[in-house]
Amino acid sequence: MPALLILIPLLAILALNLPWKSLMNRLAFWVGLALCLVQTGLALQPQSRFWHSPSLWLGNLLLFEPSVDHLSLVMFLAIGIVGAVTLFVCRYSTACAGNRFMVINVLILALTGMNGVVLANDLFSLYVFLEITAVASYILIAFEKGRDAFEGAFKYLILSAVATVMILAALALLMLTAGDLSFAAIQAAIASSPHSRVVLAAIALLMVGLFIKGGLVPFHGWLPDAYSAAPAAASVLLAGIVTKTTGIYTLIRLVTSVIGYNDTLQTLLLFVGAASMLIGALAALGQSDFKRMLAYSSISQVGYMVLGLGAGTVLGMVGAIFHLFNHAIFKSLLFVNAAAVEQQSGTRDMNRMGGLAEKMPVTGWTSVVAFLSTAGIPPLAGFWSKLIIIVALWEAGYTTYAALAVLASLLTLAYFLSMQRRVFFGKLAAGFESLKEGNLWILVPACVLALITIGIGVGIPWLFETFMLPIRSLL
Amino acid sequence: MTSPLLFVALLMLLLLAGVWTVMTLNLLKSAIGLAITSVLLTLLLFLLDAPLAGVFELSVCAGLITVVFISAISLTKPLTGPEASERDRSRVKRFFFLPILIAGAAWVLYALGLRLDSPLPPAIAEMDVRQVLWNVRRLDLVGQILIILAGVFGVVILFKDRSDKKEAPKS
Repeated sequence: MPALLILIPLLAILALNLPWKSLMNRLAFWVGLALCLVQTGLALQPQSRFWHSPSLWLGNLLLFEPSVDHLSLVMFLAIGIVGAVTLFVCRYSTACAGNRFMVINVLILALTGMNGVVLANDLFSLYVFLEITAVASYILIAFEKGRDAFEGAFKYLILSAVATVMILAALALLMLTAGDLSFAAIQAAIASSPHSRVVLAAIALLMVGLFIKGGLVPFHGWLPDAYSAAPAAASVLLAGIVTKTTGIYTLIRLVTSVIGYNDTLQTLLLFVGAASMLIGALAALGQSDFKRMLAYSSISQVGYMVLGLGAGTVLGMVGAIFHLFNHAIFKSLLFVNAAAVEQQSGTRDMNRMGGLAEKMPVTGWTSVVAFLSTAGIPPLAGFWSKLIIIVALWEAGYTTYAALAVLASLLTLAYFLSMQRRVFFGKLAAGFESLKEGNLWILVPACVLALITIGIGVGIPWLFETFMLPIRSLL
Repeated sequence: MTSPLLFVALLMLLLLAGVWTVMTLNLLKSAIGLAITSVLLTLLLFLLDAPLAGVFELSVCAGLITVVFISAISLTKPLTGPEASERDRSRVKRFFFLPILIAGAAWVLYALGLRLDSPLPPAIAEMDVRQVLWNVRRLDLVGQILIILAGVFGVVILFKDRSDKKEAPKS
């Protein structure tokens, strides 16, 4: 029945656009939230019949019965949580009910697109759902129609189009070789002719396309503009889950289930991962715009995931997927905090802020939890995933890359300490005397995400046993 | 059998039309350039024995999309002479690398020596397009519905305020 994760949201969008406009305007938020929470609840029960029993009538309708593994479940969980948080942020930051209704529709479309990406077991279907997610993202970025928003959306559109061309070209080459685009057929074709130039060219195009989608160095140019110019809700969605699903999850899925590891691919992944990790962290150090700094931080954290994947071992892959999930939580939390600060203070310039935690204590302290987790401070969630990645690199003999990962973690600590000092702590900056904490629509998701971050850190044995260890079956 | 020279000539024309579409300053000429590119691609598709793909390319890309573009362009205001010449200069500077990039990509493809003329497996080659769409790729049709919905919401969201502003009385 997992195909319902595509069909039900589609039906929900159609139902929301029935003629009873005022009723639908009121219902849209709750329908979106229900979809996200049901998905989250189901993902937390790996043994549920929903994931394993076929749906006969739906199977006939879609001719699609995907098989779901633990990697898919982790992604559904992250998509559900970040989707729900995005809806809360949208409710908080979009005052006009009509605009909010439209944004929620596009959000549900983006979530459906990401569900499709996770469920796809065929490269062409994967491409179709990547495009659905991308089109919804362009709209969400440009939604406020400011100059910066259009520039951010345009850069994302152009670079995403370049990625699309590359992925499509790769699909054409693989179709020539395998005669089919299902993961199984392509895996067999690659295994039977691993040194074919056509296959190698296709893999190279696919990799570069996914590096662009994931915002990895040197293809990261679009990401800081898109993240910082997007409205608050879109920033949370993009940074929390969109680029992780379209770029990193797809990369992990294709490397583990289709392409397979080889020395060249591992070297490429390790190099790109390390470059992203270090360049992202160094660039974040020099930023004064709150959201732009978080965007560069995302590039750096994505570098860790790719580095873990590049280790080529079960532990490395588990670390990469665990960090992807953790990043979805703590980076969403940081963007939720940024949304609260921007909405309440009217600025994102960190040089103009200071001491805001005095007036916005919940925002201030939840941001401390998020930054400590991002920097890999024990016992928070980020510590465990970074530790697993570093141990995996060390065990695989990539000691230099392991040392670089530790160094990047120190850089992360440095730029987040600088952010905390400039924004939340120290003396209250002039002009912010009458500043108030945001309302419950922004505080509830911030507290929930902070609790998840702490909970994962404390409950690591259960999480590792239930979700992470079963992932080893992928390799 | 079609002469390879015809393919080369059509490909060269296709590239020229594509570069002209990007480089030209006039939006109308750009839209026409895109239509010409699509027509040339249609010819190639017909020559490569893919008539259905050719028909789609001709009707949708060369026909429908050109009409939509020209309708949208007719609503815009053209640049004045000095503005246009300034834009012209900056555009040439911005895209001077494009022909070099194309030549470089062509050289890389040539150097790789890819053999792309292998025939498709018979099971794929003999499939009817209706069968492929409805019996093999039905999930992608659902995806297509989702993309169309995203496009509709995009148009409504991104153009809504503009029409509101247009209707508002001037102060």
